[in-house]
Amino acid sequence: MAITVKLPTQLRDTVGGAPSVQAEGANVGEALESVFESHGELRDRLYQNGDLRRFVNVYLGGEDIRFLDGLQTALPDGAELTILPAVAGG
Amino acid sequence: MAAKQLKCRECGTEYPLEARYVCSRCFGPLEVGYDHERLADVGEVRRRIQGGPQNMWRYHDFLPLAGPQPRMRTGLPAGCTPLIRADRLAERLGLREVWVKNDAANPTHSFKDRVVSVAATRARELGFDTLACASTGNLANSVAAHGAALGMASYVLIPADLEEQKVLATGVYGTNLVKVRGNYDDVNRLCTELSGDRENWAFVNINMRPYYAEGSKTVAYEIAEQLGWELPDRVVVPIASGSLFTKIGKGFAEFIDVGLIDGEVPTMNGAQATGCSPVATAFRDGQDFCRPVKPHTIAKSLAIGNPADGPYALDLARATGGSIDSVNDQEIRAGIRLLAETTGVFTETAGGVTTAVLQKLAETGAIDREERVVIVITGEGLKTLDAVRHSFIDYEVDPTIESFEEAFAESVTV
Repeated sequence: MAITVKLPTQLRDTVGGAPSVQAEGANVGEALESVFESHGELRDRLYQNGDLRRFVNVYLGGEDIRFLDGLQTALPDGAELTILPAVAGG
Repeated sequence: MAAKQLKCRECGTEYPLEARYVCSRCFGPLEVGYDHERLADVGEVRRRIQGGPQNMWRYHDFLPLAGPQPRMRTGLPAGCTPLIRADRLAERLGLREVWVKNDAANPTHSFKDRVVSVAATRARELGFDTLACASTGNLANSVAAHGAALGMASYVLIPADLEEQKVLATGVYGTNLVKVRGNYDDVNRLCTELSGDRENWAFVNINMRPYYAEGSKTVAYEIAEQLGWELPDRVVVPIASGSLFTKIGKGFAEFIDVGLIDGEVPTMNGAQATGCSPVATAFRDGQDFCRPVKPHTIAKSLAIGNPADGPYALDLARATGGSIDSVNDQEIRAGIRLLAETTGVFTETAGGVTTAVLQKLAETGAIDREERVVIVITGEGLKTLDAVRHSFIDYEVDPTIESFEEAFAESVTV
């Protein structure tokens, strides 16, 4: 399952400056784990106590995964995940 | 300037005063930190405020701007809006003392002029030439107008289904108006992505957000000054992202800290529309985070389903003994009418939310009769006319005395 994970500028230093990375997994959690395997620093930036930090938003096709099944949200082959800071707006 | 650094609210990491809004380490929001040591002479600080211009630049000492001096500043100054004693509203609700802070009396008719004044001015200081924003409407008006006043290009992104009045009152300033097919949270996501790639754009509520948010403190400063350097007992404020609510609390806390006023931060009550009430729901359920919702309410200016400052709004309401409540669309319409009929202030739907929550708090006995209460009215009724359409009767007559008396006699018979 080839997944693309788009990263915000604030996180690109953890992957050598790239705007996106490739991932593998049947759901969001697995896809992120596959990214952490090669970019370990990203885990601490995104996770706290085994879950997404409260100011991290992850979108699948424009939809916040909190409206789907969270980290358990199933991913079709070729899916694109977008990670963004949650503190914008208002 | 008194501002010293940006600081992460979550982990405390410090950053220089740049166009930066999120902590690289933990993604927490950055907030402006100050050194108020040099404000030790309280009498001098008060004189400087009172001798300042009749706009929010009189609070220069508490804002994250370098220069020039307040009187020399160009643009579209906001603030110094009326604080109106609302005895007829108080009487209707069985309260002793209610005041209306009417922030519709700003250049583009909402409190957003305060935050945009600071963000746009800081953007200029940092060398940006283009303003941008994600908006539910009021911010759109304000960013477009400030861009015009300062001679900066602007890009304003709004949900495509926004009220017509807010669309027209944005386009008129000559901005690049972009209607996004989606709700505010979709617009905000798009802008957050765009802001990563458009490094020469100052998105007032994204990469300029720490400065932008500070503008809301001036609501608290003005309330305190207008009450004769005294605090109210309670303040009722509408909540969309929660930024205004929390910064009003911060404004009172700063004035108390430097000794300009005595007392404690007032009881803070937040007001949401039931059709978009993630913060009120989290308050009710005892949660310290907000589960995002899909908004469905006539209060479009409050229709943020994923409120960035929700957790801090919850903290503030709990710490001050307040609450966060919600009212439905029918109550919102009634709130607009109640405020209009008792004070002569015509507010948009967000003000209907605030007034209706005040009424709810009064009716449930949450407010002590002896309290001094301030409600913050954030926007102008002319921007959401549909909310009052068909809410009253009128008379159409021929231009004759007979026709007039006939119509009136029929309609007013007891």
